[in-house]
Amino acid sequence: MSVDSAFVHKVWTDNELSKMITAGKVPFPMLSDGGGKVGEMYGVYDEDAGVDVRGRFLIDPDGTVVGFEVLTPPVGRNVLETLRQVQAFQHVRATKGAEVCPSGWKPGKTVLKPGPDLVSNVWKNWKVKEAFE
Amino acid sequence: MEVGCSRPAHDSVDSAAKPSVEKTEPKKETKPMVRIGKKAPDFAVSAYKDGGFTEVKLSDYLGKWVVLCFYPGDFTFV
Repeated sequence: MSVDSAFVHKVWTDNELSKMITAGKVPFPMLSDGGGKVGEMYGVYDEDAGVDVRGRFLIDPDGTVVGFEVLTPPVGRNVLETLRQVQAFQHVRATKGAEVCPSGWKPGKTVLKPGPDLVSNVWKNWKVKEAFE
Repeated sequence: MEVGCSRPAHDSVDSAAKPSVEKTEPKKETKPMVRIGKKAPDFAVSAYKDGGFTEVKLSDYLGKWVVLCFYPGDFTFV
């Protein structure tokens, strides 16, 4: 979503994005936030520049915001990190919160099971180095 | 209180556990702001999708995971 019109999205897609992506087309809708009204609701509209800054919001199937990240324009996002977070939230949701995902978690890695036995025992179940693997 | 990664803090903490998420709450607190663990504000906007123009409502995506991305503008370099 940007403050550009849907027409500009089309021109950008046809002239540039289609040459950058193997699918040839953008696999998601490109939303137009004329005047930055949605960006303002989400706290990412920069009224001085008149644009939405680089905000990324994860929203679960109930419509609840589970995470967000906001960057100023010159630095791009880490797509793999976004996917990792989605996978982690999906895991937590699938286990109804019985399993939670420690730092650096990816599918297949150590999960933690919150409960009385885990109190002061995280160190037995999870190592700091796992956060960097 | 549910046992999870919630920590005993001043404020109500989301029970749907997640480790340190950045709290980036820019200026003007008067308007409805997006908060972690709260409903995402709904919107309906025009969109370009699959070669055509359409309207997209966030609430159309209830039941699905959504990654909502804002960016400064088409044709920007990053």
